[in-house]
Amino acid sequence: MALDQSFTGRTYPPTEPYEVGREKIREFAVAIGDANPAYTDPAAARALGHPDVIAPPTFVFSITFAAAEMVTQDPKLGLDYSRVVHGDQKFRYSRPVVAGDVLTVTSVIESVKSMAGNDILDIRGDVHDAAGEHVVTAYTKLVARAPEEDK
Amino acid sequence: MTARIAYADVEVGTELPARTFPVTRATLVRYAGASGDFNPIHWNERFAKGVGLPDVIAHGMFTMAEAARVVTDWAGDPAAVVEYGVRFTNPVVVPDDDTGAEIEVSAKVAAKLDDEARTVRVDLVARSAGVKVLGLSRAVVRLA
Repeated sequence: MALDQSFTGRTYPPTEPYEVGREKIREFAVAIGDANPAYTDPAAARALGHPDVIAPPTFVFSITFAAAEMVTQDPKLGLDYSRVVHGDQKFRYSRPVVAGDVLTVTSVIESVKSMAGNDILDIRGDVHDAAGEHVVTAYTKLVARAPEEDK
Repeated sequence: MTARIAYADVEVGTELPARTFPVTRATLVRYAGASGDFNPIHWNERFAKGVGLPDVIAHGMFTMAEAARVVTDWAGDPAAVVEYGVRFTNPVVVPDDDTGAEIEVSAKVAAKLDDEARTVRVDLVARSAGVKVLGLSRAVVRLA
């Protein structure tokens, strides 16, 4: 069943603040095998001009994707999440995520399309810090494959 | 932001050092925990095969994170990356053995975008087991 295209442009309320911890960044850096000292050593990060350790570029996805659950789990949208695959992912940064940041995400449905029975959902997550300044925007394309019986 | 590479020193076609990243089942379990993505297709073979996959597959975001390392290691400061996007074209299939799979990443400067902002576009290619796993993989990097 095709998704309701009238959801295009819908904006969801901002998430509860997420506080970025040094140790969470370290855990993520270890998980991707990245020994860059900017992720774990505050002195190394400061030497590059950052106030504290910074997060790897894709770290923020955990936060924006959790926020996007407001969209993907929205019963009114009716997305069959068991058929969803991650199609594209893009980030545009104003600055890196830094330990100590308190971030909120506002999710927007940029488009809802149906192609060949697949539903294609583009979700934008605008991430702001406690001062309201833009940090990064995440663009996530999700594809819900058509059920077999519809083909 | 303190990139190590100078804009003046790169040309279109400049290659970044290529890297190969190993990924085993243990890597995926660790990434699941760190990222909070516990989708069973990334750790449960029975589930993965039940939904039509050949085997357990790596998180697309793990592959995206590995590919980024080619750019961040080259630039010196990870904050030099001002834009980064990929398309997930094929999964990285990770067998249940001690060697797992490999993700091979190469990258080159595809365009010098802005002499004032000193930004370049880097195009990346990521392959695993002979297939392209990331397509349209591009980063915009602000150089020194």
